[in-house]
Amino acid sequence: MKKKHLLHRTIIIVVVTLVGLYLVIGPRRWPNLKDFTWSGIKTSLASNIKLGLDLQGGSHLVMRVKTEEYLRRLTEEAYTAAQNAAKDAGFEVKDGRAETGAGNYRVLLEPADASKANDIKQAVESKIELGDTSVWSYSASGSQMSWTMTSNAQRVLADDATNQAMTIIDRRINALGVVEPTLQSHGAQSAHQILLQMPGVSDPERVKDILKGESRLELVHVIGPPSPAPPTTYPTREAAIESLGGAIPPNRNVMPYLERVNSRNKEQAQQPPTKSWVVIELPAIITGDQIRNANAGQSQGGGVNDFEINFSLKKAGADKFGAWTGANVNEFMGVVLNGEVRSIAFIKSQIFESGQITGDFSQEQAEDLALTLRSGALPAAIEYLEERTVGPSLGADSIRAGVRASVYGLAFVVFFMLIYYRGSGINAVVALILNMILMLAGLIVFGATLTLPGIAGIILTIGMAVDSNVLIFERIREEIRSGKTIPSAVEQGFNRAFITIIDTHVTTIVSSLFLFVFGTGPIRGFAVTLVIGLLVNLFSAVYVSKTIFIWLLSRKERVESLSI
Amino acid sequence: MFQILQDINIDWLGRRVLFIGISVLLMLAGLGSAIFRQVTTGHAFNLGVDFKGGTVVTARFKQKPADETIREALANKGINDAVVQPITDRQDTVLIKVPLEEGKEGRTQVREALVAFGTEAAPATELEADPNAAFKIVGTDAVGAVAGEQLRSKAIAVTLAALVGILVYIAFRFEWTYGAAAVLAVFHDVLVTLGFFSIFQIEISLNVIAALLTLVGFSVNDTIVVFDRIRENRKLHRRDSLYKITNDAINQTLSRTIITNGLVFLSVLALVLFGGDVLRGFSLALLIGVIFGTYSSIAVAAPIMVWWEQRLEAANRKAALSFNQPVRGGVRTPAKTREAVAPSAGKRSTGAGRA
Repeated sequence: MKKKHLLHRTIIIVVVTLVGLYLVIGPRRWPNLKDFTWSGIKTSLASNIKLGLDLQGGSHLVMRVKTEEYLRRLTEEAYTAAQNAAKDAGFEVKDGRAETGAGNYRVLLEPADASKANDIKQAVESKIELGDTSVWSYSASGSQMSWTMTSNAQRVLADDATNQAMTIIDRRINALGVVEPTLQSHGAQSAHQILLQMPGVSDPERVKDILKGESRLELVHVIGPPSPAPPTTYPTREAAIESLGGAIPPNRNVMPYLERVNSRNKEQAQQPPTKSWVVIELPAIITGDQIRNANAGQSQGGGVNDFEINFSLKKAGADKFGAWTGANVNEFMGVVLNGEVRSIAFIKSQIFESGQITGDFSQEQAEDLALTLRSGALPAAIEYLEERTVGPSLGADSIRAGVRASVYGLAFVVFFMLIYYRGSGINAVVALILNMILMLAGLIVFGATLTLPGIAGIILTIGMAVDSNVLIFERIREEIRSGKTIPSAVEQGFNRAFITIIDTHVTTIVSSLFLFVFGTGPIRGFAVTLVIGLLVNLFSAVYVSKTIFIWLLSRKERVESLSI
Repeated sequence: MFQILQDINIDWLGRRVLFIGISVLLMLAGLGSAIFRQVTTGHAFNLGVDFKGGTVVTARFKQKPADETIREALANKGINDAVVQPITDRQDTVLIKVPLEEGKEGRTQVREALVAFGTEAAPATELEADPNAAFKIVGTDAVGAVAGEQLRSKAIAVTLAALVGILVYIAFRFEWTYGAAAVLAVFHDVLVTLGFFSIFQIEISLNVIAALLTLVGFSVNDTIVVFDRIRENRKLHRRDSLYKITNDAINQTLSRTIITNGLVFLSVLALVLFGGDVLRGFSLALLIGVIFGTYSSIAVAAPIMVWWEQRLEAANRKAALSFNQPVRGGVRTPAKTREAVAPSAGKRSTGAGRA
C-alpha cells in the first residue's frame, strides 16, 4: 500500500476512463461543442455502436449452393459432347450413359467395336474436356470405357461453383440497391454455404426470389418442319419421345413448353396456359453466358402483363447466332429459361445480336428477370437453409426490453451494494459504471456488433463484476475480524481475492472462447460481450477499486476504521 | 458493519447423502419426463425451430383476432399444425409457428392466410403508418432441416468442448480431481436444467443454449471460489482433515455465495420479468441455472472432490506401506507419494503462486 504509486495509478485510470468515454459517446471526427449536448451524444452513441440485425432490423439468410447439381450437369454435358465427338470422328457407339449420384460422377461409353476403344478415346479426348486428366480419370473394362471425375476435382469444381455463385449473388444484391450488405461464406468450406446479411431489409421475399433465379438462358433449335407449318408440339412427354423413336438420342432433348396466351384478348387471358412438349436440338445455339445486356420493356400489347425482356449478345455469341440464323431461315427457334421453353418463333431473316423473351411477364417479373440475366447465371441452384428477419419495430422493442432489464438489474445491485457495504459500496458502484463504459468502448474498438444475446452478456458481466467486489469486500471484512490493521486487511483482502478472481475469470473466458470460435451467430455475440466485459472487469473491479482504497487510506496517518 | 451470516459452522459434507439424493432425484425426474415424453409424443424436448426446422412468423395486428380465429384462417389455407402463441408483453402481436414443409415458404403461407383479416402494410411502412393495413409481419425465423440438424450438433459439440476446456484449466490450477468434480457438478446443473425444460415443455432455442453455457460458467465460478478457499486452507491448517477444511471453506465463503448469487438471481429475475419474450427462454434457463449452480458447488462438487481425494489418499497410503505393490489406478505413482501418513498432503496444490 504505497502512497507513491497513487499518482501513477490515478493518471492511468483517468486516461483510460476518458479515452473509453470518448470512444463511446464522442464522434469519429474532430468534435465540436454541439457533440457534447444531449442530442449530440445520442447521435454519436447510435453511430458508434454497431447493432446486430436482431436489434436494428434486417434479414439474415443462409443459403447453400447445390453443387451436386452443378457436377451432375457437367457430367451430363460431357457425356453428350463425348457421344457427338465419337460420332463426328466416324465411330459407332452402341450404348452409354452419364452416371451421377452419391458423390460419383462418371461418363460411360460402349463402342460397337471394342477394339476401337483406344481410337475413340483419342478422338474424344482431343476434342473435349474429358481429356483433362486433372479432372477425369479414364479406365476401360471389357467393352466399356469410363471417365470418372476425381474426388479432388469434385471438390475444386464445387468450391469454384460456390465462389462463382457468391460473385453473382453479390452482383445481384448491388443491382438491387441493398444498403451495406455483408456476404460471406458460412460454416465449413465443404458445406458450400453462403451467409447474407441485409440490414434494414424487413421483407426479403423479392431479394430471395431474385437471388434464387438460376436464369440459365439458352436459345435452341426446335425440331419440326419449318414455317409456315406451326411449331411441332406434343401433348405429353411420352408422345414427344415416341416421335424420336422411343428413346432420346444424345443430340436431342424434350422440354416442357408453356404456350403463351395472348393477353390482349381478355377471355383467353383467363384461361390457364396449356402445357405441351417440344423436341429441341442439343447443344444449344447460344447460352446465357453470351448475354451482354438485358432490359425489361413493354411489348406492343400494353397490358399489365405485357412485359418482355430484350437482350443483346456479346461479339462471339452474336457471330455464332448470326451464322446459325442465316443458315436456318424459316426454322423454329426456342428461348429456354431454366429448362423450360418460354417462347418459340420462326427465323424470319438472319438475326445477329439481339432478341426478346416474351411470355406474360408482369413489370416486376420482367425487371427481375432482366436483372438476373445481366448478372449472369448461377452455376447451380441455391436453396435457403435459414432465414431470420426482424422488422425495425420488433428490434426496437427488444432494445427497449433489454435496456430496461439491464437498468433495473443495475439499479438493484447499486442499491444493495450501497446499503450493505456503505462507504465501500461507492467503490463498487464506481467500478461497475466504469466497467459498463469500458465494455462498450471495447465493443467499439473490436468492431463487435451488439446483439440481443450480447445484452444478456452485459447483464452477466454485471453479475461477475459484482461478484469480484463481493469477494474482495467479504475478504477484507474477514481480515478485519481476525484482528488485522485496516491497511493490511485491505492489502490482504485484495491479494487473496485476486487469485480467486483470476481463476473464475479465466475459466469463464476459456469457455467463452470456445463459444466464440465454434458457436453460431447469437452465441458468438454473447461470447464477445462476456469476454470483453470480463477483461475490463479485471481492471475496474481490482485495479480501480484498489486505487480508491489506497487513496482513502492515504488521507490519514493512522486509519482505525473503514466503512465496509 | 452488518453481516448476513457470521460464524456459521454447518457440517455440509455430513449431509452429502441427502444432497446427492436430491440431485439424483431431480436428474431422474428430468430423465423420466424426457423418456415419458419421447415415448408418448415422440419429443423429449420442446425444440424450437432453430433445432427442428420450421418457420416462426411474428405478426402484429391493428385489432388482434382471437388466437382461435387465426388458427382457423391458417387451417383454411391448409396449414393445420400451426401453433398460435400470444406474446405476453405486447397485446397486438402473436407468434405463428409453422412446421417445415417441402417446397413451401412459411412466411408466404402465413401471409396468404392472414389476408383473411385485411391487407398487409407495405414492406417499407410501419403498420401504424398505413391506414388501410390490418396487419404486418414484423419478423420471421425460418430454419430448414439441414440447418436445424447442423445447429443442433454444433450446440452439443460447443458445450462439450467448453466443458473440456474448463476441466483442463482447473486441472492445471488445482488437481485433476478438482477439475473432474467441478465438471461433474456443472454437468449435473445442465442435466437438471434440461430436465426442467422437459418437464415444463419450455421451448429450447439457440438462446437457451447460450444460457446453458452461461450457467456452466457461473456454476464453475462458484465451485472455484470454494475450491480456492480449500487450497488456501490446506496450506494454513495442515493438521486438519480434508473433510473439516472443505466444510470450513464452504462456511467461510457462504456469505459471498449468498450475496453474489442472490444479486445475480435478482438481476436475472429482472431479465425474466422485463426482458421481453425473445429473451424469456434464455432468462428462464439462467434462473434455474443460478439456483442449481449455487447448490451444486456446495452439494455436488465438494462431496465428490472430497470422496475422490480420500480414496486416492487411501490408495497412496496403502502403496506407501507396501512399496513392492503397484498402485491401482495409477493416478499417483509411488515416487510422487509424500507425507503419506498425514491426513492431508500439504504441498499438493501446485501453481498457487502464493507463499
